[in-house]
Amino acid sequence: MDKKATLIVHSGDLDKVYSAFIIGLGALSMGMEVSMYFTFWGLERLKKGKLDKASLSRMNMLGLGRWMIRRKMKQAGVASLDKMLKDFVELGGKILACDMTMEIMRVDKENLREDVISDYCGVGTYIKEAMESNVTLFI
Amino acid sequence: MGEIKVDCKNETCPVPLVETRKALRKASKGDVIEVMGTHQSSKKEIPMAVESMELELLGVREEGGVWSIRIRK
Repeated sequence: MDKKATLIVHSGDLDKVYSAFIIGLGALSMGMEVSMYFTFWGLERLKKGKLDKASLSRMNMLGLGRWMIRRKMKQAGVASLDKMLKDFVELGGKILACDMTMEIMRVDKENLREDVISDYCGVGTYIKEAMESNVTLFI
Repeated sequence: MGEIKVDCKNETCPVPLVETRKALRKASKGDVIEVMGTHQSSKKEIPMAVESMELELLGVREEGGVWSIRIRK
């Protein structure tokens, strides 16, 4: 059976979501199966048009820090989150949305990127997958 | 059996790894994939991915800061 990585994306901060996708893509590229569970602030990134509409976890400075980081990333040729999400799905990665977060934050499926979400689930699904995983991270 | 070229020059982490994986998924068994790039960590990590997927690493070369890795699926 293939090795597996299971990531929880709890943070909706731009830098952490980048880290999550880079790790997820790295694991897929190494031949692993990968599931990313978006919960709490992370779920915000799965709303339509909100993938990269996030602030930095530190030194955001009312958006100035984000602007600087984005510029530096562009100069370094870092791929956009849009491309990373597209590649993630293309390589067979699974995107899962926490249904409890959807309930408490009053988010409907219609407001989410249904085109990339493979399922809506709770903690049990994560634990079941985590038990079978070689790598699991909380971001 | 075909030969597939993947150009990842001037791309950074994790693009060379990802593009290699995408090419490998599309390739048929026996195809040779040649990846070229400039990101130094990827030069070490693509062979790691090849090993973990139990594919055949045909060779790694570098000339003038551009590396080239050949893999057989």
